[in-house]
Amino acid sequence: MKWLALLMLALAAPAFANDSLPPAPYAYRQLDDPKLEAKAEALMETLRCLTCQSQSIADSDASMAGDMRDEIRRRIAAGEKPEHIRKWLIARYGDYISYEPRVTSVTWPLFAIPLGLLLLGLVIVLRRFARRR
Amino acid sequence: MKGVRWSLWILVAFVALLGLFALQLSRPKHDQVDSAMIGQPVPPFALAAAVPELPGLSTADLADGQPHLLNVFASWCIPCAAEAPQLAELKRQGAPIVAVAIRDRTEDLESFFQRYGNPFSRVGKDDTSRIQFLIGSSGVPETFVIDGKGVIRHQHIGVIGPEDIPDLMARLKAAGR
Repeated sequence: MKWLALLMLALAAPAFANDSLPPAPYAYRQLDDPKLEAKAEALMETLRCLTCQSQSIADSDASMAGDMRDEIRRRIAAGEKPEHIRKWLIARYGDYISYEPRVTSVTWPLFAIPLGLLLLGLVIVLRRFARRR
Repeated sequence: MKGVRWSLWILVAFVALLGLFALQLSRPKHDQVDSAMIGQPVPPFALAAAVPELPGLSTADLADGQPHLLNVFASWCIPCAAEAPQLAELKRQGAPIVAVAIRDRTEDLESFFQRYGNPFSRVGKDDTSRIQFLIGSSGVPETFVIDGKGVIRHQHIGVIGPEDIPDLMARLKAAGR
């Protein structure tokens, strides 16, 4: 019974994930240069929040998402390319952290199947027209 | 005749699709984000001490020749309190355990250690979760097995239960070979 309660607490962890430290400097503050901020924003909208997995880090108020925004804004301000930061994060968390669709050995059917179906439809339609003539 | 063959193919495709659904649904749910850093050295970092009585933590401390357990935790994390008895047991069995406290305050850590005990030989202080980004950790608590060269060998996500102790001890031993 005690363990069940602990297990439930463990599963409900995100609800308790509240620390008392103030957010990181750039978690809620935009960069002064609007061009750099736009770059950071575009990247943050396509990165998954790790503690609330259906949100992007731009949408999330989880402290870890705030810390990640801080990290990204600092790096963008220091001149790092957004795609370089994305690669750095993928090297640590895998493809799952990025919302940007990529063609890989696992995802290629997602791109190939619609093309195949389109071709199939085209063939069927052409054959029907040929028969009618 | 041709119409029959077509509908047969559609039926086969439908059954195959159902089979795929059944296969995927029968697999256990996996909604954790695993670190992609297993097998890689811990990137360079140096964290100040989180509590005055214990030293902080840096990459060099992890690559000192003996394997360690690295516990990523916080005093505000309730599951972290739940795994405290298991960490104490791991220490009793001889595991060297170091820790990083995420977004934490010294006074909160002190009262956490007073209530749940302190199995750590070092506690680094990370106020911006940066160590988590470096090693691919996605929450608290998480426990990493680091070998004597500072290479990440294993990641345990979530609470350490009593049933996880033998596995972690075995992995620690394996990392020492």
